Amino acid sequence: MAKRIDVSGLTAYYGSHKAIEDISMTVEPRSVTAFIGPSGCGKSTFLRTLNRMHEVTSGGRVEGKVLLDDEDLYGQGIDPVSVRREVGMVFQRPNPFPTMSIFDNVAAGLRLNGSYKKSELADVVEKSLKGANLWNEVKDRLNKPGSGLSGGQQQRLCIARAIAVEPKVLLMDEPCSALDPISTLAIEDLIGELKERFTIVIVTHNMQQAARVSDRTAFFNLAAVGQPGKLIEIDETERIFSNPSVQATEDYISGRFG
Amino acid sequence: MSTAIAEKRPSTLRGASLPKWSPYAVAAGSVALGLGISAAAGLDSSIQWALIAGLLFVLGTYVIAARVEGRRQAKDRVATALVWVAFLLAVVPLVSLVWSTVSRGVKVLDIYFLTHSMGLVSDDEVGGGIYHAILGSLEQVGLATVIAAPIGVLTAVYLVEYGRGKLAKAVTFFVDVMTGIPSIVAGLFILSIMLMFDMEPFGFAGSMALAILMMPVVVRSTEEMLKLVPNELREASLALGVPKWRTILKVVLPTSIGGITTGIMLAIARIAGETAPVLLLVWGNSLINANPFEGAQQSLPLYIYQQYANSAGAGAAYDRAWAASLTLIAFVMILNLVARGIARWKAPKTGR
Repeated sequence: MAKRIDVSGLTAYYGSHKAIEDISMTVEPRSVTAFIGPSGCGKSTFLRTLNRMHEVTSGGRVEGKVLLDDEDLYGQGIDPVSVRREVGMVFQRPNPFPTMSIFDNVAAGLRLNGSYKKSELADVVEKSLKGANLWNEVKDRLNKPGSGLSGGQQQRLCIARAIAVEPKVLLMDEPCSALDPISTLAIEDLIGELKERFTIVIVTHNMQQAARVSDRTAFFNLAAVGQPGKLIEIDETERIFSNPSVQATEDYISGRFG
Repeated sequence: MSTAIAEKRPSTLRGASLPKWSPYAVAAGSVALGLGISAAAGLDSSIQWALIAGLLFVLGTYVIAARVEGRRQAKDRVATALVWVAFLLAVVPLVSLVWSTVSRGVKVLDIYFLTHSMGLVSDDEVGGGIYHAILGSLEQVGLATVIAAPIGVLTAVYLVEYGRGKLAKAVTFFVDVMTGIPSIVAGLFILSIMLMFDMEPFGFAGSMALAILMMPVVVRSTEEMLKLVPNELREASLALGVPKWRTILKVVLPTSIGGITTGIMLAIARIAGETAPVLLLVWGNSLINANPFEGAQQSLPLYIYQQYANSAGAGAAYDRAWAASLTLIAFVMILNLVARGIARWKAPKTGR
């Protein structure tokens, strides 16, 4: 169900400006991989190439291969819309659809792609909200607007919306950076549960979060401002944080820059 | 020693201040002075004494406040005074317009007036009504909306969501040009086509000219509303694997529908009062014509014009013209209120 990702030689551009260069890595299924690195090093750009959202930005262009269980997402004739159904994304700021109720928000991924009976949707919505640890808090007000929840609840609503379509991979772009510590803890616990079902890739600015949550960690860096970002090192989280192989990783971990 | 003497030093934080009723006192004083001055100088225009009073108000505020409170507070009060004077200058003509329309219009406005046409009476007799004009206006404006609103909204969707290259720039340019077309030019354009095909005047021709006038307004306001939808919503929908056209239809448009509807209603309100194209293309009629595709029709603004032109300043036609004006203003105001109601009802809710 959860799929593995193999990236080889990925380079991404914004127009003529090269943002990231020659990235290669493997992400195992049912694991959590964290991307860390200083601001502007291309972590979010790389994340967005994994579900073909990078090309939605004006001038976005990608070279290289991203294999999802041996199928190249950038191959000839591959439909980006289908790619995004298999690789879901949760964004930095919670963005529930403002005109829809909580129920409609979670069901949006299904409803906007086909017609379903209300009873089928109700099952999926309940399952997804339970999976996102939000069911108990909202089960009495599923018809209230999605934007009436607190920040942490909205983010869990967005996670429920993303997992309702049963993606194979879940990408999370700094999901906790707009939240308070209690909500952050709730979402980190949730990630621990979700990894049983999905492959998860999370971009984070918070190194302690990467250490708590992930199985493997990838460190990205820039040579200088204006240069493309590169993958410096990827390894088991414990080894990255205790005994990294590259000096730049060691410097970043111990806070000498970043 | 020094505490026993208890010398009270003036506070550096607190200054003197004028009492709360002082602006009203200054206003009353300047109105009285203004009246006095214009009476003494023999000026009889009420505008003149109002302007004198306004000027005195601003000057008086500054002088008195500078004396009592200080320069900075005086400047602050002068700014407030100027804002009030500007507000009154803007509101007084509006109130005066509504008052004169209402007072002159209610003379002949009754149910008979709203449900009968001019078929039975000629222009200089008492009686008759505007039913044919109301019907004509509703039909012409309605048909124009049916044409212009969808085209306008779809054009705006193209410009905001898809347009990147030369075609988008050309479309934007031409929409800008169309915004400035005088209504009579739009009317002449349709008239030339009608003459080419040897056609008689009919209601739908007026609708086409009105649609030309309405379309750029709808495009502009819809564009603004679509741009206000945050990009994160589009990205959230795309990331769920929803194709772009469905994202626009099911997420972007519903989020902005309140603003779009308001824009369309305001565009309707604008074309409801256009006389020139109707004059050229629909010609007017004193009988009821319910078919906009055949034969001349009447419309409210044209009716007002024709009645007033035939009235020589008084008499039955004059009263009818004012009553029809009142009806037209009421019609536009109702449209405005409906637009605001829809915008509020459809606004993204934030209740808990």
